[in-house]
Amino acid sequence: MSTGFHIVVCAGIVPDPLQTLEPVSGPQGWALKNEMMLPACLDPWASHALFEAANLAKNVSDSKVWLVTLGPKAKVQQVMMTMAQKVPFELVALDGAANGFTDAAETAAALANAIEGIAGLDKSRLLLFGGWESASRGAGATLQIVGERLGITEQFQGVDQITIKDNGAMEILERVEGGSHQVSECSSAPAVLGWATGNLPEPPNNSQIGMQNMRLIMPALQKAPATKIGTADIAYKGIELPKQQRNTRIVKDVPVEEIAREIVDWLRG
Amino acid sequence: MTTTDQQPEAARQEMQVDIICTGFGPATGGFLTTLSRAMTKEDGTPAFESKVMPGMLPQVICYERADDIGFGVSGVVTKAKSIRESFPDFDPAAIPMTHEVTEEKVVYLLDPVGASRRSWLVKVADNAIKLFKWILPYRHQAMELPWMPPFLQKHKGIITSIGQFNQWVGNQLMMSGAVQIWPGTPVAKPLIEDNKVTGVQLADQGTDKQGNPEAGYTPGMDIKAALTVVGDGPVGVVGRDLDLHFGLPEGNHIRDWAVGMKMVVDLPAGCELKPGTVIHTLGYPEPEIFGFMYVYPDGVASLGIFVPSWFDNPMRSTYRYMQHWIQHPYLWRHLEGGTLRSWGAKSLQESGRRGEPFLVGDGYARIGEGSGTTNVLTNSGVDEAWESGVQLADAVIELLEKDKPFTKENLDETYVKRRRASWLDSESRIAQHARDGFQKGFITGMFTTALVGMTKGKLFIPFKAKRPHDRIPTPEEYYKGRISAEEIDQIRKECRSKGLTLHDRLMEKAGWPEIKNDGQLLMSHQDILLMGGKVQATGNYADHVTFVDPRSCAQCQTLICTEICSGQAIAPNPEGLGVVFDREKCVYCGACIWSCSEANKDNPEYSNVSFRAGAGGLHSAEN
Repeated sequence: MSTGFHIVVCAGIVPDPLQTLEPVSGPQGWALKNEMMLPACLDPWASHALFEAANLAKNVSDSKVWLVTLGPKAKVQQVMMTMAQKVPFELVALDGAANGFTDAAETAAALANAIEGIAGLDKSRLLLFGGWESASRGAGATLQIVGERLGITEQFQGVDQITIKDNGAMEILERVEGGSHQVSECSSAPAVLGWATGNLPEPPNNSQIGMQNMRLIMPALQKAPATKIGTADIAYKGIELPKQQRNTRIVKDVPVEEIAREIVDWLRG
Repeated sequence: MTTTDQQPEAARQEMQVDIICTGFGPATGGFLTTLSRAMTKEDGTPAFESKVMPGMLPQVICYERADDIGFGVSGVVTKAKSIRESFPDFDPAAIPMTHEVTEEKVVYLLDPVGASRRSWLVKVADNAIKLFKWILPYRHQAMELPWMPPFLQKHKGIITSIGQFNQWVGNQLMMSGAVQIWPGTPVAKPLIEDNKVTGVQLADQGTDKQGNPEAGYTPGMDIKAALTVVGDGPVGVVGRDLDLHFGLPEGNHIRDWAVGMKMVVDLPAGCELKPGTVIHTLGYPEPEIFGFMYVYPDGVASLGIFVPSWFDNPMRSTYRYMQHWIQHPYLWRHLEGGTLRSWGAKSLQESGRRGEPFLVGDGYARIGEGSGTTNVLTNSGVDEAWESGVQLADAVIELLEKDKPFTKENLDETYVKRRRASWLDSESRIAQHARDGFQKGFITGMFTTALVGMTKGKLFIPFKAKRPHDRIPTPEEYYKGRISAEEIDQIRKECRSKGLTLHDRLMEKAGWPEIKNDGQLLMSHQDILLMGGKVQATGNYADHVTFVDPRSCAQCQTLICTEICSGQAIAPNPEGLGVVFDREKCVYCGACIWSCSEANKDNPEYSNVSFRAGAGGLHSAEN
């Protein structure tokens, strides 16, 4: 009997963090201005989850990683050109909106359905990975709801580390106040792990991994079902970008303490 | 123990593919679009079989240095005849920031601030325009030329953003499943064995700035292929290494360059400019600097300037000059109240056909701008680059069908022969002397361009092109009669001690008004990097800009590399002599390569700046 994990990583795409975003309201509800023109990347929290999943799969034999994503197909394809070079995975794609104005419950329902439909997935070995937060919305609810819809009761959020013990149990470190971790032991899958940043660096690009992944990614994108995740029936009372003030100054050889003091003074001001 | 000693030497892996492409731009887009369509038969079965993975389609991989295939830089106006041939149902509306050309203007800008350095002939022309302004199409201190030479016209062409165009092409290619494009993957060098190109080596990852292995060191893989398609542009490392190894054909040179810097702007409400409008400017901020504005749909415009290598000014800060240019009354009336969306810069190889390298050799072929496709008479490069890619793809298909190897002889017989028989070659022959006159100044340049254009290349004056570093004057020479040598020396000392460039101080001393930042279109150089360029550098790669002989930098009086640097990535060393490089600000424009005033001691055709491949740079797909 196999003991490996079936790791499903739920990962949305978000605009490249350096872009300027502008919410606009249209007939289809709220969206981002020029959304399809904005370069995108995999949600940074979910990216960490993917790197951790790949690392776990590498260390636990007979494990496998799926990446489940919901986003505009053309943008997902672009993101995959970069992500496919990082770690091995099999893509499950849903073609729909990913602009941050979608409803978490609707998104979770679509993702859960897609996961249920993965051929060969053994839910008794399932580890559901994702980000505990998202760069497109701060609710952090989607992953929990996906887990609930899949009937997974063991849920961990703000995870920084997972260690597989000799008896097969999982030791999981979750972030708590003051930079400390809560250490839990989970005897077996299935479980939901919403990742914080983890401990792994971003893997270097690897052409061999890219070539392996792309053989399955392109067919997955071609058959990605259209998935309606609308905002038409959601009324937002107000939408505004976080206020920002720019005050750029280039300094060299200024002690860190002095820079910190200046920033604190500026914030107080 | 050194850092290198602390890390075990990781093995350099090797991978075999069938065809490698370096750089994803219009030329590679044309190549891959044409090739991918021929890879499968109408019934869906493979037309060709991979030599390295029998039973599969040929493995075709394109490596792109930038973090996304859409992070290119160029506002484009093109006749798009080759692009339309590739896409017979081409609809400009399918690509954001794209529109058919509806109106074209050439505008001569007079100097509204009195600081521009104009020759007596230009001053005569200026005064004549002012004298007869009542009968000339003169307004807002500019004269719209009543007639546009046919060779400049792009009637029925398109304007587009190269970033958006590349994304559109790349998405279609990837969906075909026939080829793979890997962004964020810089190539370190071509692999050359016995004068045969056998593939490329990818850049090492997990190194310090000097290239020494650190934690997570991953040596760049050797990718071997029967054919390496070199389309990495004028500053691409593979093309430049091949030029260095094989030299250039007799009589050819790459001495003419320009850096194009542009902004993408949300035009203010009520702006009267119509989508499809193309405006070319000349005359200001300096006569040698040309400008452009292309108006896209939805109130967005792309605009910028070109600073050429024959602009003999050691203080040629493209950014500062662009700020003055956009404030010219003729342009500012359209732009005031607008907001910056994006910004970027790129070097252009302006030698055109005379910069053509050996197009093919055993195992490689050159396409695009780095292969000399840019037409320096019509100021057109994208469609020409695309066409060169299409021609190479047709040649490759022919060789695959005949099961012939990619030898120099076979590539000559298929690709070069096609190119020589095409409009691409005949038009570039007409254009090849069009820019010669600019070696002697603006007026001579305009005259020789017109002469070549109007006679279709039959008449020209063959001025010899100087190497860029042979023509850079010192600040003292350039500002003679305007700023004293003592003042310049004092300013130099003050600026260098703070790690600052000189151009702001010297330009303002010479009469250029201070820039009043408005935070919308006028902003500090640092802010435009963050707000417009969204510049980012991934760690773990070696610095891609290095200085071959630091002693040359230490004694350099101009440090022109710091003045022209589009991202302020190269700056005077405040702690000593020479310069320092900050890769987190580099936008990969490559202007430092050809602006350096110091010759490379081993090869005077090159400068003292070495420019390699690295990841990062601009993060905007709107350029």
